[in-house]
Amino acid sequence: MVNWPNFVSQLFNGLALGALLALISSGLTIIYGTLGVLNLAHGAMFMLGGYAGYVAYGYTESFVVAVLAGSLFVALVGIVMERVIIRHFYGRPHEDQLLVTFGLSIVFVELVRLVFGSQSLLVPPPPLFAGITSLGFLFYPTYRLAVVGIIAVALSALFIVLYRTRIGMIVRAGIEDSTMVDALGINVHRVFMIVFGIGAMAAGFAGIINAPVVSLTPGIGDDILVQTFVVVVIGGVGSFPGAILGGLIAGEIISITSMVNPGYAYVMLFAAMALVLVLRPYGLLGTRGRE
Amino acid sequence: MRNRLMRMQRRYLIELLTALGLIVAPFILPHLGFAPNTVNRILVWGLFGIGFDILFGYTGLLSFGQSAFYGTGGFVAAYLLTRAGFPNVFLALVIGMISAAAVGYLVGLIALRRTGIYFAMITVAIAEVFFFVEFNPLAAYTGGENGLPGVPTPSFNLGFTTLHFTTGWSLYQFLAVCYFVGIVIALRIVRSPVGKILSAIRENPLRAQAVGHNIHGYKLTAFVIAAAYAGFAGGLLGVLQAFMPPDAFTFDTSGQLVMQTAIGGIGTLFGPLLGAAVWLFLQDFLQSALGLGAAWKLVLGTVFVLLVTFLRRGIIGGIKDLYELATSRKKPPEATSAESLADFGSASDLDVVPMTLHKRAGDRSSGPILQVKGLSKRYGGLLANSDIDFTVNHGELRGVIGPNGAGKSTFFKMLTCEIAPTSGTIQFEGRDITGKSVTDACQLGLTKSYQVNQLFTQLTVRENLTVAVLADLRGKFKLDLFRNPASIPGLDAQVEHTMQLVRLAGRPDTKVSDLAYGEKRRLEIGLALATSPSLLLLDEPLAGMSPQERVETVKLLKSIGKGRTMIVIDHDMDALFELAERVTVLQEGRVLVEGTPDEIKANPAVQEAYLGGVLE
Repeated sequence: MVNWPNFVSQLFNGLALGALLALISSGLTIIYGTLGVLNLAHGAMFMLGGYAGYVAYGYTESFVVAVLAGSLFVALVGIVMERVIIRHFYGRPHEDQLLVTFGLSIVFVELVRLVFGSQSLLVPPPPLFAGITSLGFLFYPTYRLAVVGIIAVALSALFIVLYRTRIGMIVRAGIEDSTMVDALGINVHRVFMIVFGIGAMAAGFAGIINAPVVSLTPGIGDDILVQTFVVVVIGGVGSFPGAILGGLIAGEIISITSMVNPGYAYVMLFAAMALVLVLRPYGLLGTRGRE
Repeated sequence: MRNRLMRMQRRYLIELLTALGLIVAPFILPHLGFAPNTVNRILVWGLFGIGFDILFGYTGLLSFGQSAFYGTGGFVAAYLLTRAGFPNVFLALVIGMISAAAVGYLVGLIALRRTGIYFAMITVAIAEVFFFVEFNPLAAYTGGENGLPGVPTPSFNLGFTTLHFTTGWSLYQFLAVCYFVGIVIALRIVRSPVGKILSAIRENPLRAQAVGHNIHGYKLTAFVIAAAYAGFAGGLLGVLQAFMPPDAFTFDTSGQLVMQTAIGGIGTLFGPLLGAAVWLFLQDFLQSALGLGAAWKLVLGTVFVLLVTFLRRGIIGGIKDLYELATSRKKPPEATSAESLADFGSASDLDVVPMTLHKRAGDRSSGPILQVKGLSKRYGGLLANSDIDFTVNHGELRGVIGPNGAGKSTFFKMLTCEIAPTSGTIQFEGRDITGKSVTDACQLGLTKSYQVNQLFTQLTVRENLTVAVLADLRGKFKLDLFRNPASIPGLDAQVEHTMQLVRLAGRPDTKVSDLAYGEKRRLEIGLALATSPSLLLLDEPLAGMSPQERVETVKLLKSIGKGRTMIVIDHDMDALFELAERVTVLQEGRVLVEGTPDEIKANPAVQEAYLGGVLE
């Protein structure tokens, strides 16, 4: 017998997780699409956002400040990372880029572990969204509902940046054909830096928004990174709409399977990815030739 | 005789040194502060890494999911030995290895649908699934988070006595033998024809495919080999620790393997062993000697980032570079590019005998070799080729000209089956090849040299040609993993002959990246020639050449053309009119006119197409 309130509650969980994954994956995918670099430290960016927010919250007890601090700090980390290391890897094989970003992710995770220890830390939700809300037939944590809204706003903001601004146009053009953009005399280096910053910020923002839902540990970004990969494979690399669609699908698959048996969540997620790879090798909304 | 003996010794030098190293290690390493258990762990990582290096270093496929196979092999072996009451440790290890290979085959079918970063992402995701499956659905068999304790150590009954390998240096003997066998097998594999093809796939998968290799099959082979090594090593981990730990399945395991291999040096087979030694030594050193505690991983991570940034070929790569730097003065230099051009004149006077074509079923010597009917290619709104009819006879040397954008290259790509036509048919030697793959077309005897060089950049001239000849002699897929390429009849002769034909015999051991442009162009033609095609297409063979090089290359093409059917695209009309017996003119995707060079020169429509508007 299906327990309907439980089912609906899981659907909402899936929506919240899916929105979160969509935002993180968008960050990953615009970086890859524009710069051609798959950032394996993207999960670490998510984790850093949470910790930076945690610190800011500790000083100010303001959730808004925590969110701002978390996002901006990670954007800054992203920019510095691009300036100091990543830019030397544009001309090198993809495999080298994977290796160096993988190394960086370990450095970030271990650095945080050194400073904050391995025990889990919690950021409380903002007072405005504390408690639970009655949806008529079930009670649901208010903050989780708010997460969906907050991330929808963030994704819209990202959409506006990508589709309504000059830099967004360059980014989208770069995803289509980066050599051409380069040839048009656009200062790609500056654009790359900004894109890396924005992409990292998306993960950092998601990290602090998620902190009241799942407590912080240094390794929290690892699982998220794997899920993000699945999202990107399902949605199609370099596709912003694909990241959103893939995120929502992945979120629902994980939540609904968890209701039956959490042990199978990854198996189902993987099965979905395999199915997409067999039927549409370039992802649901991806196009050929972006590897 | 003595010479031969020395060559034998040289050939097995690496094996010999490895055996020697493994024998003396227990006498030396303790003095350097290595505990026996650490050395044993290094060997297990080293063995695990051999397979990974074949996959990453040789084939160019970076997998972040090797833990899946390490864990699978380990748990299958450990389950057999602890829960199923299986008595024979070694047999259990082998069964674990086979299971891992089988799983690797299935995973490879999915993961290898994509390459590059996609492949990396998919392997990460798949490995994560294995981790969760071990913990949850299969916990009844794997012990879940407790793992499987009580894995026994191996012993061998030899009849008169029984050998027990227990812990420490005693177990080392068993592990060292395993590692030695593992490295001997791996060395054979990388030296085999398959090994050469794997390197070619790493360098340029598209060209490896175009010269006639089924690269998907070879990639899957490399993937399964890597899984088998991982599975065996996983089993050894259980034996070593007397316990099969669930963390064999974690992402950290895959990550550590990747890092150790990169630290030691990729594409060396020994890199993972050296990397593991550095890693485990530093871990012990940082943790206990320096008292850094948990910060050891931060230090190692930082070291790794610096290493990838500055020493991308790892420690072994760095040593090799130093060695080459130190010995470069002593080595007699090969002919430089200037000299090789100088010998061009004399070489071209020597009338090189055209290569004997190797006969394929259905080969004939007269009548049409290629018949194209109604060939069209549409890209969205753009009609690149429209309704082309085109016939070439055996032994003909046909030229194809046309202004830029006339659709010449698209036409060639359809002929070699690189792209599928929107409509129309292509008959090659009476067989319909429309819709076949580029690999199959090449195997049937139809290939081309590319407008933009498509070479195996980090391989030498000889290795490049060997890869192409192998496709001709072995077919598109063959698992001769342990064969010595020297034992393939005709291989060396065909490589040598092609080298002479394209005037590169003076630089057989020069890397492509060190060749001059003109030499690369000739090698490009050589790669196509080496597959002994019955129909050879040449897409702008003269592009980018100096006038002097053009003259030489035209001579070269003439000599190649003897006894062969060729179609040549080029913009150099003088050269083409000199070469070709008949010329086809394409314009805006259609055949404008066809005829002898003199007819074409006199044709007003052709003059119009090239000089159009000038007279108005």
